[in-house]
Amino acid sequence: MEPFLIAVIVAATPFLYAATGELVAERSGVLNLGVEGMMLLGAVAAFVTALTTGSSGLGILAGAAAGAAGALLFVIVALGFSANQAATGLALTIFGAGASGLIGQGYVGEALKPLPKFQAPEQLAEFTGVRILFNHDVLVYGAFALIVVVWLYLNFTRSGLRLRAVGDDHHSAQALGLGVLRIRSLAVLFGGACAGIGGAYLSLAYTPLWAEDMTAGRGWIALALVVFASWRPLRIVFGALIFAAFDQAGNYRETLNIEIPSQFLSMAPYLATIIALVLISMASRRSDTPACLGREFRPDR
Amino acid sequence: MGQNAGGKGGVTGSHGDAPLFEARGISKSFGDVAANKNISLKVHSGEILALLGENGAGKSTFVKMTDGVLRPDSGAFFWNGKQITIKSPAAAKRIGIGMIFQHFSSFEALTVLENLALALPQRSLRAIRRDVAEVSERYGLSINPKRRVERLSAGEKQRVEIVRALLQKPKLLILDEPTSVLTPQEADGLFATLDSLAADGMAMIYISHRLNEIKELCDSATILRHGEVVGSCDPRSTSVPEIAEMMIGKTADPIDRAGAYVGGPRLVVDNLSVPAKEGVSLKKISFSARRGEIMGIAGIAGEGQDTLFAALSGERRTPKAKSIKIDDQPIGAMGPTSRRRKGIAFAPEQRLGHAAIADFSLSDNLRLTRHAMREFSNRKRRAQSLKIREDYDVRSSANDPKAGTLSGGNLQKFVIGRELDRQPDVFIVAQPTWGVDAGAASSIRNKLLSVAERGGTVVVISQDLDEIFQIADRVAVLHRGELSLTHLVDDMTPDKIGMLMSGEDINSVSKDAIAQNFTRKRATRITETQEETSPAETRITDEQVKDPTQREAPASVVQTPQPAISPVITSSSMTSSITPPPSKPASQPSQKSTPARRIFVSGNVSTPWTAPEIIQKGTVL
Repeated sequence: MEPFLIAVIVAATPFLYAATGELVAERSGVLNLGVEGMMLLGAVAAFVTALTTGSSGLGILAGAAAGAAGALLFVIVALGFSANQAATGLALTIFGAGASGLIGQGYVGEALKPLPKFQAPEQLAEFTGVRILFNHDVLVYGAFALIVVVWLYLNFTRSGLRLRAVGDDHHSAQALGLGVLRIRSLAVLFGGACAGIGGAYLSLAYTPLWAEDMTAGRGWIALALVVFASWRPLRIVFGALIFAAFDQAGNYRETLNIEIPSQFLSMAPYLATIIALVLISMASRRSDTPACLGREFRPDR
Repeated sequence: MGQNAGGKGGVTGSHGDAPLFEARGISKSFGDVAANKNISLKVHSGEILALLGENGAGKSTFVKMTDGVLRPDSGAFFWNGKQITIKSPAAAKRIGIGMIFQHFSSFEALTVLENLALALPQRSLRAIRRDVAEVSERYGLSINPKRRVERLSAGEKQRVEIVRALLQKPKLLILDEPTSVLTPQEADGLFATLDSLAADGMAMIYISHRLNEIKELCDSATILRHGEVVGSCDPRSTSVPEIAEMMIGKTADPIDRAGAYVGGPRLVVDNLSVPAKEGVSLKKISFSARRGEIMGIAGIAGEGQDTLFAALSGERRTPKAKSIKIDDQPIGAMGPTSRRRKGIAFAPEQRLGHAAIADFSLSDNLRLTRHAMREFSNRKRRAQSLKIREDYDVRSSANDPKAGTLSGGNLQKFVIGRELDRQPDVFIVAQPTWGVDAGAASSIRNKLLSVAERGGTVVVISQDLDEIFQIADRVAVLHRGELSLTHLVDDMTPDKIGMLMSGEDINSVSKDAIAQNFTRKRATRITETQEETSPAETRITDEQVKDPTQREAPASVVQTPQPAISPVITSSSMTSSITPPPSKPASQPSQKSTPARRIFVSGNVSTPWTAPEIIQKGTVL
């Protein structure tokens, strides 16, 4: 059980980054379906940088920058030129897959030293809980910290309030003098950087090597996770752990004596998301679904 | 226009100096359409300037420019004599211009306090909370800052808008149709607030088409027509018909109301309860609509009208099929198509997106409500659509235009025409003249009246009290999903309806009494109308407006009391053979019939609800 729980926390980390970033973008009213592509860009950039410079810190930064660069493309096309957001996001995913494959071409088969992990103090290491929670690398803790920060930001700061306002009603926001496109661009770039770090985690720590399409659909799970969390940051933690548990249950089927086919387990996150969507639309109380999600905005002038 | 400023608020400001705000030669075009042409106006501190005009006259365009949302093509704005450029809404706020929009620009998903905080970036939440309490108390605007805006009523939402504008301490406040969603009592509260703001030296531009409000509130008025300033006046010394004529430039079609004949109940709604999917649930609604009458359902916005329309049209099936009956047959479980086959027609409030699809041509839109009708031939639909456009005066440039390219008034005429062309027995319509221009509104109202005249039944769900008074025979009021007792319109005053709108009970006659009273009342109504002296009921025709020699017209409409029983029309084909009602005045052959239902108001009327019929509420541009 213990290795399984450790594996769940580790597997949840890329979901946490990518989903938190996407949540911020979506709360501002932008649906960026390019998460998978941005994660791949982040993964390859982080791997190549860490390998050539020998610094995993620089690798993480490069991953964030590459994810943000992918998001910048999205910003230019979908926000700058008011192109359809869904189509732009899909294009970004395909572009990210291709570009990352091209960049990583010469690096397939190379291996990196994984990110160093914290060591629990010896006196405490005998407790199972401590071993599960305190033997991780910096990105794992960063992911949880990030969510708390985003939660505080969205709910308790003026800037976060403006971001939510833009996602709720962009015309009213413009009438109030808020820079709708500026706020959305920044939110999408933040989302891209987060997705990039999520990708970097995969190539620097999770499986410290580069392989084409190594994200294996995690970007899509992250998108589903935002819906599953009904656009609330703290619920993402819960959702990411559940989705990661589904993901890892396949690997631990024998040790855990799980009879369920692994194909069902990999389908489960999406099934859970569909159920969450149904529950959201059945609830009489309005959810935090951003009312302007995915709607293009052209300032009238 | 600025010369007669001040006065009312007590603070007259410094009129010798430059006005607080001035527009000189403002023009703005959208493509080939000139929305504003060379508009100039001035407003001083402490002055309330009315900006009047029909829908589409260019008021909203002008206002958007003063708020920095749009930029003028030419012309300039001046603030205390200095030229300013209003680059954005934020810039407008910095200058000191506050806006209260016709459509609420508040964020539904956020709380009141969050909404206010967005508008006041520099202030702490605690300071805002304190200011809200202070402003609320001072101007009688009570709001709970912790509630989510989506849960507020329209009146409360507007209070939030006003408080938000006030917290920014503007020097000029622009109000765009602020009373369109308020009960008369709420509107009175608003006027008191605005008066005390003017007394504190605030300048205001008040946009409305309700002339009585303007007379009550404003110090001066500037009138727009087709994007141009066509005049200005002192509304306190100018009569309502005079102002109205400046606004529309011509008189609209008069509303003709021949004495109609009322038969038995046709559509009966009995204890209808429908839980809302969104909006307000209906609670035990009962009313009946008869042959040959127009039944009005009044109420301010968001009191359950949407749910009621959905239940009547079949978009929502009712939990009990018997809750809605037509000719004693339960239809509550039927969908819209089955109900249409029973001879019912529907026109919802929302023209685009509900009644019509913007990207479809009119002939394709025709198919939307006709697809399952036997009388409708798919092949002939272009010809039919053309016929409707001719019969209902739908103006458009293209041959078979897309619905989205028509103006609101023309599209509404098409939607109404599409339904009435089927000669329905029962017509259920929500907000038939919302946001359409005066000409279209009176033509639509006349069409509704003609349905009743040929023995049909019309149910009008309207937030426009003028409309109710003008065309309805009986009225009931929706409040929080509950319907009041049904009253004869002639027994009602705007005040009484206002009380029902806010859920108060009026000393009402019981339903039975009304039913007994009904036929007698109708037959003698015209006589009573002539004798009526209360301001709210004063009715004069537009011929009278135009020709002062006929101002005394009521005296010339001589008639004798009518027998207590009205004939019952059993089929619409009988209509043509019925002799005109004896109450028709022989002395005035020029009039098609006695204008008993026309609500034209003489100049000295003080109630805010009885604006002339030619002026409509609604979205402007």
